[in-house]
Amino acid sequence: MRESPGKLRAWFEQRTGLESALRHFLDEDIPGSSGWHQVFGSVALFLFMVQAFTGVLLACNYAATPGDAYNSLQYIITEVTAGRLIHGLHHWGASMMIVVVALHMTQVFLYGGYKKPREATWMVGVVLLLLTLAFGLTGYLLPWDNRAYWGTVVSTQIAGQAPLVGPLMKHLMGTEGSVGVVTFARFYALHVLILPQLIVALIVFHIFLVRKHGAAPTAGDTGPTKKFFPEQVRKDVIAVFTAFVILYLMALFVSVPLERLADPTDLTYVPRPDWYFLFLFETLKFLKGSLEPVGSVLLPSLGVLALILTPFMDRGTLKKVTRRTTAIVAVALAAIAWGALTLAAIVTTPPEAQEQASIVPQGQGWNQFSPQELAGLGYFRQEKCEACHNLSEGPPKPGPNLATAREHRDSAWMVKHFKNPNQVVPGSNMPPIQLSDANLTALAAFMLKLSPENANDVASAPVSIVRGAQIYEAQGCGNCHMVNGAGSNMGPPLNGLARRHDRPWVEKHFANPAAMSPGSMMPPSQFSPADLKAIDDYLFSLPEA
Amino acid sequence: MEKGSEPAPEGLTQSRRGFGYTLIYGLGAIITAALGIPAALYLFLPSKARRDQSWVEAGDVSQLQPGVPEEMTFRRIHSDGWKIYSEKGTAWVVKTAEGKVIAFSPMCTHLDCAYHWDAGKSDFVCPCHGSEFSVDGSVLSGPAPRPLDRFETKLENARLWLGPVHPSNESSS
Repeated sequence: MRESPGKLRAWFEQRTGLESALRHFLDEDIPGSSGWHQVFGSVALFLFMVQAFTGVLLACNYAATPGDAYNSLQYIITEVTAGRLIHGLHHWGASMMIVVVALHMTQVFLYGGYKKPREATWMVGVVLLLLTLAFGLTGYLLPWDNRAYWGTVVSTQIAGQAPLVGPLMKHLMGTEGSVGVVTFARFYALHVLILPQLIVALIVFHIFLVRKHGAAPTAGDTGPTKKFFPEQVRKDVIAVFTAFVILYLMALFVSVPLERLADPTDLTYVPRPDWYFLFLFETLKFLKGSLEPVGSVLLPSLGVLALILTPFMDRGTLKKVTRRTTAIVAVALAAIAWGALTLAAIVTTPPEAQEQASIVPQGQGWNQFSPQELAGLGYFRQEKCEACHNLSEGPPKPGPNLATAREHRDSAWMVKHFKNPNQVVPGSNMPPIQLSDANLTALAAFMLKLSPENANDVASAPVSIVRGAQIYEAQGCGNCHMVNGAGSNMGPPLNGLARRHDRPWVEKHFANPAAMSPGSMMPPSQFSPADLKAIDDYLFSLPEA
Repeated sequence: MEKGSEPAPEGLTQSRRGFGYTLIYGLGAIITAALGIPAALYLFLPSKARRDQSWVEAGDVSQLQPGVPEEMTFRRIHSDGWKIYSEKGTAWVVKTAEGKVIAFSPMCTHLDCAYHWDAGKSDFVCPCHGSEFSVDGSVLSGPAPRPLDRFETKLENARLWLGPVHPSNESSS
């Protein structure tokens, strides 16, 4: 290329006009009183761009259907390079955006920036706040974990209570029956298609209005104007950078809560909305029964209406910030009310994971298991459950950790789930387990015995002994014998057998019980040598009663 | 709003402005890099491979006739992104005259079409572009660039276990 950079630049400018457009944009005259208090709008815009950027990246590895959504998010966090960072930026960025939008509005409110001729700028800003909250609400469901699911159940129920429009809202959100695939699809469409277009259009309009009326001067500022660039831009960039550093550190060091896969049958779960909706959630505790729509619909609607109409309620001349007592009191009251309600909601959150530790009894080693439970361990190994599930800490696997399964499941649920995982947990990738009902029940019995405390011990149970327990179960030995407190007393209990007999005796006894113990009603058993060794190993491993 | 496109005043404010530019561009560049580099890694680097099941049992090879390949099927656990499948796998297994067992990956080394054994010709034939491989996997004709890929194998009491597939140019010395 022969042309010098200057010529190229001139060519580019002549053909596109972008340079002069940018120059025009940056050379805006702003009031001499502009300064640090006006950086929040730029920070909010920047955070929106971070959300858009990270959101698009997340969508590249995200499957937008319940179940798969959870798995793909877990994949993003644990397996995709930088995935945890991108997800962290998006998650904490959402919260940060709400904080910054609130700060931006508070600043404009305190300074009376909404006064004539900037009423429309303010009102568009209120709609932008609502859209930001709508992003938060719809995005909350997308991880499809228990937190997302139950939080959305509550928030859509609240919306469904609205007088007149409630049923309509339920149709719109696909929640007539319950939160499910339809709701998920609608929330996703809102979050990635509808809301972004709306918010971009309104941001453009908002900035256009800011440019049309100019940045708001403070009271009494009649002095000379200054240029937007570089003075104010530098302040904006420093503020943006500060916010970015905070966000980045949070994304790096504060892990994002991702709970268990959403489970509509889990009735032990205590739903919580995200922190910025907690105050509304708490309000409902005070307004019960027929008053509930007052808290869930009327008060929030009045609040929004008050915000929108603020420019028309306060039409006096502009005063210095420090003289705007009413505005300061209003902000202080709102902050106190919001803070108190949020704090109350946090303090009254029932601790979730605490009762778990105390219900684990001592002596839960595998040699204390009933034959059925130990046989279940055999099926657990046979079906290679550990290919997809962890029992203790370890590199993440696709399925949930099973050591805590017993805390929220029962045997019937488990057996149903084993037979048809996808039906019981929509979106589950787990293949059905092809075992008889009796064996599945044994597997469930084992799962109910499993806990984080005995997971390592269970893993050490010798193969042959576990096999012996399976044979014991298959032979129905428990119909007459007692092991570890399970079975019947018709025959002698088998704990402590090792003290009473040796292996040759027991083996001869299997072949011909009556010959070894005259009067025995036990039927003779024929075992293959391997099976005989296994059942011997099992019986001789039993602890003394 | 106000229009202003006069050139910036030169002179005293010059160094102050210069500092302003450096700060703006510097911080802007840091933010761009802090977002751009992870984004590039996120999109271009392969994800941490979730280990597929490393060894699978393919079946009994005691009945294999030397020099006659047999298609053996097995179930294996295969991961694809966030999905885990239990799927059917296939290998063409041949016992050599010396009793060694070789397991070929069932895909042609040209474009991954599934080939088959042509008993008449006594070689493997790919239906896509006509590549042919001898019973030891070497290319006889066609566009295939390298011999058939092989599974790592081990025998346990005449049961064949299959490990990872190695491209033939690496494994066949």
